[in-house]
Amino acid sequence: MKSSNSKVAYFFLAPAVSAIFVFFFIPVIAAFIISFTDFDIYTLGDFSTLRFIGFDNYLRLLNDDLFWTALKNTFYFVVVASPLSIVVSLATAMLLNNKLIKFKAIFRLSYFIPVVTTLVAVAIVWRFIYHYDFGLVNYLLRIIGINPVDWLGNPTWAMPAIIMMSVWKNFGYNMIIFIAGLQNIPEELYDAAEIEGANWWQTFKSITFPMLAPTTIFISIITIIGYFQLFAEPYVMTQGGPLNSTLSIIQYMYQEGFRWWNMGYSASIAFFLFFIIFVVTLIQFKFQKSDSLQ
Amino acid sequence: MKFVWKISLLLLSAALINSCSNKEGDVKTIKFWAFGVEAEYVSMLVPKFESRNPGIKVLVQQIPWTAAQEKLVTAFASDNTPDACQLGNTWVSQFTSLNALASLDDFILESTVVNKEKYFEGIWETNIIDDKVFGIPWYMDTRLLFYRVDILNKAGYNHPPKNWDELLEVCRKIKSLYPGKTKYPIFIPTNEWATFIIFGLQAGAELLKDNNSRGNFSSNEFKEAFDYLIQFHKEKLTPFGMLLVTNIYQAFAEDYISMYISGPWNIPEFKKWMKGNLSDKWMTSPLPGFKNEYPGVSLAGGSSLVIFNKSQNKTEAWKFIEYLSEVETQLEIYKLINNLPAVKDAWEDSVLKNDIYIEAFYEQFQKVKATPKIPEWEHIVFSKLQQYAEYTARGVMSTDEALKKLDEDTDRILEKRRWFLSRKR
Repeated sequence: MKSSNSKVAYFFLAPAVSAIFVFFFIPVIAAFIISFTDFDIYTLGDFSTLRFIGFDNYLRLLNDDLFWTALKNTFYFVVVASPLSIVVSLATAMLLNNKLIKFKAIFRLSYFIPVVTTLVAVAIVWRFIYHYDFGLVNYLLRIIGINPVDWLGNPTWAMPAIIMMSVWKNFGYNMIIFIAGLQNIPEELYDAAEIEGANWWQTFKSITFPMLAPTTIFISIITIIGYFQLFAEPYVMTQGGPLNSTLSIIQYMYQEGFRWWNMGYSASIAFFLFFIIFVVTLIQFKFQKSDSLQ
Repeated sequence: MKFVWKISLLLLSAALINSCSNKEGDVKTIKFWAFGVEAEYVSMLVPKFESRNPGIKVLVQQIPWTAAQEKLVTAFASDNTPDACQLGNTWVSQFTSLNALASLDDFILESTVVNKEKYFEGIWETNIIDDKVFGIPWYMDTRLLFYRVDILNKAGYNHPPKNWDELLEVCRKIKSLYPGKTKYPIFIPTNEWATFIIFGLQAGAELLKDNNSRGNFSSNEFKEAFDYLIQFHKEKLTPFGMLLVTNIYQAFAEDYISMYISGPWNIPEFKKWMKGNLSDKWMTSPLPGFKNEYPGVSLAGGSSLVIFNKSQNKTEAWKFIEYLSEVETQLEIYKLINNLPAVKDAWEDSVLKNDIYIEAFYEQFQKVKATPKIPEWEHIVFSKLQQYAEYTARGVMSTDEALKKLDEDTDRILEKRRWFLSRKR
């Protein structure tokens, strides 16, 4: 009985598994092999020009200034944008979960709209917002008496500009998940806290935050993995400039691979990034485990 | 469900009929890929060709310029190349290195329409790789100086600058006309590598050395040219960063900038923006030259027509190329989209002769050079040269440092080329 059951299960799983195998595992394995070769445009024309070069691509990465710049930029983005995004989405989720708020659906919808809006359209609008002379941001800065900033043209400010835009675009998604998490917290806990005379901060610290921990960990992993793959925002806003200050790893990988057809080098960048994300996620899981033990 | 059946039956019968008619009438269809606006307009020229050659049908496919190269390489990788195609002159070497293009020498030998003498030498030269011709120039472009006549007059110049010193001097004078205002005499963006290469060639720089297998940007000649252009940035004679100039034509009309080195594709736009009493306030002129050389060298650009190796209809494709190379067709496309004809005879026509902005181009085409014909060229200049130009213009690096790094990067990019050369020996 059992074995026939599992046969049926395999039968139903087969299409999905084979699709994953063909479109995911085979390309990943191929890319891994390619990362030890110098696969380039010549190879495309004549396969005999392919050379196995061992770890050369990976060693070259270590000495590639542009790669380190891209890595630094990506870390900058992840380290600043992820916590910011989580804080903003948690704050809006708590506001929207408040009993005093009316028209919740409208607010929820309007905060979620940026998530589903095409990035290219968003980028065009934000380029106007960041415009030096007529932009909204500089207009507000002038009102409060601060000198305007050339947001996308200044190497120091280009990344913060990208961060602000990305957080605005993405926080709605996390907000929805946080709202779901908040609604799962039993009302009795809050009632009890109120009777005991706890203030807002105590309630948040002792009830909301700990009860939300699984949600927060889920969101932080998803957000960090997503943010490590920063690509579209700088690609459409700044093309990595000025002075490569917004060049991200994925963008560098894309340029090397699909613009200049250095597939081998490009693949090694991809695996380096995979390794980083893998380590970061492992660390996060460690934290989760030690949390749940307490 | 019935509906689906009907459709598939319909498709099936259509396919059958199609294949039958193919055998009976022996009509051959050639696929021609064109990019951007050219594609839209080249389709207008097809009916005349088809009526002249009843046995050939031309299928024009339109591809945006920005995706053109990726699309072509992908098509090559998946064996889906068209029969013929338009190709940017600098790309010919890349596709030749892929063995994707057919040599056209045999066709040219027998042709009455296409031969070397009918073309400008510098342009014809761009398509010769290892002594074989791989493309026929279709239209040309090159870069020269667009300038505001009235502002140069105000600065005391009744002629465009003829050499490097004059160009720098006129810029300084224009700058002093507007004290305290943000106006720029010239626009030399660091994300247009062509300007840097042009001035390098003018100074006599050998851009690459050892059979195009190593960078030679640290040479004194190139360094002089590079330093000269960076000087404009240092003295704030040009805005840096592309974001400060969002609309170059508007900037030109509002005398935010007074000079710009660019190509013929800008003429229609400039005509559109420089209206009313501004219409006679701008002009084109050949580039200023190094020391006493005038006009200075510029780049041989434009598009060529090529045939792919995998094509089954090479003879038919060649007929279409011949048609596009006829003087009449060349003038037709010039009238449609201002593409400057590559065939010399077309320039005798009054349409071109009477356009005052075109004259300078004719002069400039006598003095054009091709960029090194290696597939890595675009990578070197587009990603590396532009990057180091930006670093230097913003004062992050010194010229020496930037050019040394540029050479290092170039050497690394050309590593495979050196390997090929050592294998050949």
